[in-house]
Amino acid sequence: MSDAPAEPYQPRIVAFFCNWCTYTASDLAGTARMQYAPNVRVVRVMCSGRVDPQFVVTALRQGADGVLIGGCHPGDCHYQEGNYKCLRRFDLLTRMLGQMGIEPQRLRLEWISASEGDRLRDVIDDMVDQLQQLGPLRLPAIPQPDGAEPVGAHP
Amino acid sequence: MSKPKVGFYWCASCGGCEEAVVDLAEAVLQVVEMVDIVFWPCAMDFKREDVEAMADGEMAACFVNGAIRSSEQREMAELCRRKSGLCVAFGSCSHTGGIPGLANLYSLEGLLSVVYDNGVFSNVNPEGTRPQLETSHPEGATDLPALEPLVKSLDQVVPVDYYLPGCPPPVKLIVEAVTAIVEGKLPPRGAVLAPDVALCNECPRVDSKPEESIITDFKRPHEVLIDPETCLLAQGLLCLGPATRCGCDSACINGNMPCTGCLGPISRTRDFGAAALSATASLLDNNNAQEISRLMDHIPDPAGTFYRYSMPHSQVFARAGLDNGNGGS
Amino acid sequence: MIAETKDQARIGVYVCHCGTNIAGKVEVAKLAEFAESLPGVVLAREYKYMCSDPGQELIQRDIAQHNLNRIVVTACSPLLHEKTFRTAAAQGGLNPFLVQIANVREHVSWVTEDPTQALHKAKAQLAAAVWRVAGHQALQQKHVNITPRVLIVGGGIAGIQAALTIASAGKEVILVERQPTIGGHMAMFDKTFPTLDCAACILTPKMTAVKDHPNIKLMSFSDVESVEGTVGSYQVTVRRRARFVQEDLCVGCLECIDACFFKSGKFENEFDQGLAKRKPIYVPFPQAIPLVPVVDPDACIELKTGKCKKTCVEACADRGAIDFHQEEWTEQFEVGAVIVATGYQPFDPTKIAHYGYGQYDNVYTALEVERLLNAAGPTNGKVELRDGSAPRRVGIVHCVGSRDHNYHKFCSRVCCMYSLKLAHLVREKTGAEVTNFYIDIRTPGKGFEEFYERVQQEGVTFVRGKVGDVSPAEEPTDDETPTPLLVQVDDTLLGEVRQVPVDMLILAVALEPHDGAEQLRRLFGMSCSSEGFYLEKHPKLAPVNTANDGVFLAGTCQGPKDIPDTVAQADAAAGQALALIDCGRIELEPNTAWIDEESCSGCKTCIPLCPYSAISRDTEKAVAVVDEALCKGCGTCVAACPSGAAEQYLFTDDQIYDEIQGILSYV
Repeated sequence: MSDAPAEPYQPRIVAFFCNWCTYTASDLAGTARMQYAPNVRVVRVMCSGRVDPQFVVTALRQGADGVLIGGCHPGDCHYQEGNYKCLRRFDLLTRMLGQMGIEPQRLRLEWISASEGDRLRDVIDDMVDQLQQLGPLRLPAIPQPDGAEPVGAHP
Repeated sequence: MSKPKVGFYWCASCGGCEEAVVDLAEAVLQVVEMVDIVFWPCAMDFKREDVEAMADGEMAACFVNGAIRSSEQREMAELCRRKSGLCVAFGSCSHTGGIPGLANLYSLEGLLSVVYDNGVFSNVNPEGTRPQLETSHPEGATDLPALEPLVKSLDQVVPVDYYLPGCPPPVKLIVEAVTAIVEGKLPPRGAVLAPDVALCNECPRVDSKPEESIITDFKRPHEVLIDPETCLLAQGLLCLGPATRCGCDSACINGNMPCTGCLGPISRTRDFGAAALSATASLLDNNNAQEISRLMDHIPDPAGTFYRYSMPHSQVFARAGLDNGNGGS
Repeated sequence: MIAETKDQARIGVYVCHCGTNIAGKVEVAKLAEFAESLPGVVLAREYKYMCSDPGQELIQRDIAQHNLNRIVVTACSPLLHEKTFRTAAAQGGLNPFLVQIANVREHVSWVTEDPTQALHKAKAQLAAAVWRVAGHQALQQKHVNITPRVLIVGGGIAGIQAALTIASAGKEVILVERQPTIGGHMAMFDKTFPTLDCAACILTPKMTAVKDHPNIKLMSFSDVESVEGTVGSYQVTVRRRARFVQEDLCVGCLECIDACFFKSGKFENEFDQGLAKRKPIYVPFPQAIPLVPVVDPDACIELKTGKCKKTCVEACADRGAIDFHQEEWTEQFEVGAVIVATGYQPFDPTKIAHYGYGQYDNVYTALEVERLLNAAGPTNGKVELRDGSAPRRVGIVHCVGSRDHNYHKFCSRVCCMYSLKLAHLVREKTGAEVTNFYIDIRTPGKGFEEFYERVQQEGVTFVRGKVGDVSPAEEPTDDETPTPLLVQVDDTLLGEVRQVPVDMLILAVALEPHDGAEQLRRLFGMSCSSEGFYLEKHPKLAPVNTANDGVFLAGTCQGPKDIPDTVAQADAAAGQALALIDCGRIELEPNTAWIDEESCSGCKTCIPLCPYSAISRDTEKAVAVVDEALCKGCGTCVAACPSGAAEQYLFTDDQIYDEIQGILSYV
């Protein structure tokens, strides 16, 4: 039996960051060499309004333990109102997925402006911490016909 | 030349798909002229052994309705698949899981407990007896199929060639499908045998639908005196027409009720519930987080609303944490 | 557009070291090796600096020699070099939009401590890019024409400088100023540091030039009400407020002011910081541009009651410029670019109760003292206390509201210099003992340090310490002077707390964003920093640009700065605006939405979601159609479409799904 401590489980988070605010903040955090948990993988979109709920459920099915959406503060959307549409969808989506056993901490919508690199770092560290406590998302694998391997079983 | 043979089988279903065939009314004569029904437990006296005796692929097509929940349903689905050239998922339950699919929100144990342990239903069951796989009687032993932990659509158990969507499939689509099979004029394998465009395309009320963010509140049908002329979504009802395939001649809309999504998604959709949710939520005319939350409270059961017929076909498939019996959760 | 299938993709992957910026944390060799294992990847290379000429040539050679049809570069942020690599690919004969950048510097190597974790994350981002790029389509760049006219919001020194530069280049300028006169804060100053130039002397010639320039249309006493459109053609609506004096009839004789029923001023003169009084009809200061009086409707008897002798109208009988029925009106025009130069407001030290501003008579802000010093000011240039006597002891408190976690964390940059200036001027005029209470002395500019030395040599005292309290002394310190204020300060050089008596205390207040800045920035789609100053696109490389391509910044609205820096920035913004206009057109990302007619059911879900009204219904075909010229590419309609009929170029559903799958398929 090894003396080394067991490796803490590392959640994987798929993040959708809007180009003008959160993606820029994320670059700023990098320029300022802020160190944070490495568990987030970023998909760049032009606006948080581009985030289709289908992206979220697909990411969860394909192995993400959580999804983070980053957009501009209300009133500041580069395209006027895209973030509000995201907010409307996100509210209903978290409720629906909550009914399906997906804890609310796994889905996070944050308003992070272009100058808030430090806030982004804090959000990511906090989300990773929460997901480490929750453990991996265990979606039952989808059966395939003819005895083939079930699909999308989380490791 | 002998007529092609077809079979019908029902898995976890309500019998509505059988009634749909009967609903063909005079058209059933057309069907009977085209094909030979060699298996239909609901209406005809053929047995399982008769099917087992057939050669593989002997049936030209087998229409299987209902979701797969029990070992017997799995066996019969596999049998029908083996014995038919074309295996057609008939109706919402076999297409996407149907209403039985919503059982995937609960553990099997939880469901059994509600039915058998707590006296919730009319059965009096003081000893909490559960269905037994095998029971012995003086006359001999009887057995019941085993229940599998989660509900599946047909294509999650056997390879499916075509889908006839709907709860139940509209008569028109059934006749078209049977005709296409007989005439050999089918689209590429895997297709859904219904137009690939959403219901608003054929809805008689679409012109009355405003081009604004029309939802200010969500209402349930019993809360509104439903205007028979105007778009139901504009009246605050959760009509899933924009996300659902057409082909039903807007049956529910013409019955002054909102579409519940039974014909399932368009081919380009990856997750019906999420897509329908996106369209619905986006149109809520409000930007205030607290107000939005308050209004969303008026949708008491989002999962049941948006995944009413399609939980097993959703990306989520079943409640997180449930064991699917494969050791794979 | 060429529709190649994904399995025909031949992807070249380029792993940039970025010196040690990436390679120092991420094992780039392993990353390249991993790339080779990904679907569609034909070759994977590493190179020290992909953005360099040899780096770009590498891509171009490979496109030709290896028949590459897709490129992935793992490097710094696409916000920096996406254009570079797109251009490189285009020069190599490949459509520029068949390129994808994976951000492994700002998002990985610079922010991840553990190298193993960093490599994992880099692999995931790389795989995402490879999966995504296979589904990219060749696209054409969009162009939009630029209207050769510039709107400048704000008529302080920044706005004035920018206006003159652009006008002298032969382009039209519309300068909108909220106050009745241009000149801004600089017009209020007495002398400017470090040269002690008279502010009005150097400013008023520029103000006059603005008035006289044929290419500049000045809209004073006006506000920008709304802005529609996009870079190249902004439709602007300006609200012109009523002066009750017709600008085109007034000749600036000011006889109406003399003739006013009020024989002397009774109302607070805003320009003099409330230290003097004015009449209901007034000009802010004698060199105001435009030199047209304005009537205060809250003070004027005629406007309030309708029952005045209207001696002003009599005085203007032959020109008839006074019009008590004048109403505000709007004007609309189109511009190609905007320069925002709306300046700052001084911090209100009332908030810091223990400094006594507003409580004790002789506590002043620096701006108030500028007005006292100014020969045209409320005291004709005499520095005197409220009771008219001359101060013998003057204290100047640095960093009031700046460098303070309770108010503004930032340093306001100019206060040390203006405090030294005031020390010099006050001492020169009054011979008083002047003490500057400072934390640090910041004098970085040209001639600044020399000025500091001079002021020290002139006998000004410097106490290093933060002022903790200001309160009146309990009894006079001697018979001749009125009760002084005692300034309690922690003198860190002496190592003791002292009470320093002063007759007059001057607070060096911070420069902060205007109260109206929040509202204004929404009009132009600008962001702001956490302090509330308008946000530049990049602090080093694009300090006058904003995230909006046609909107530029100049002056203190972007951050505290002195006059030389403001003028330099104004010229920089003017240069940027001129570059835009001279080019005549601007390239836009081809990331607009489109709707597949066959798949569209006509459900009208998308139409109301577009804030630019870019989607309309084709009633004949019963489908929705996107107007590409109006579409800005946010993708909100695409996310809402329940049929998957709406799609966005460069951000199609399939491309994003592929990106997600790439991220999750390997590590």
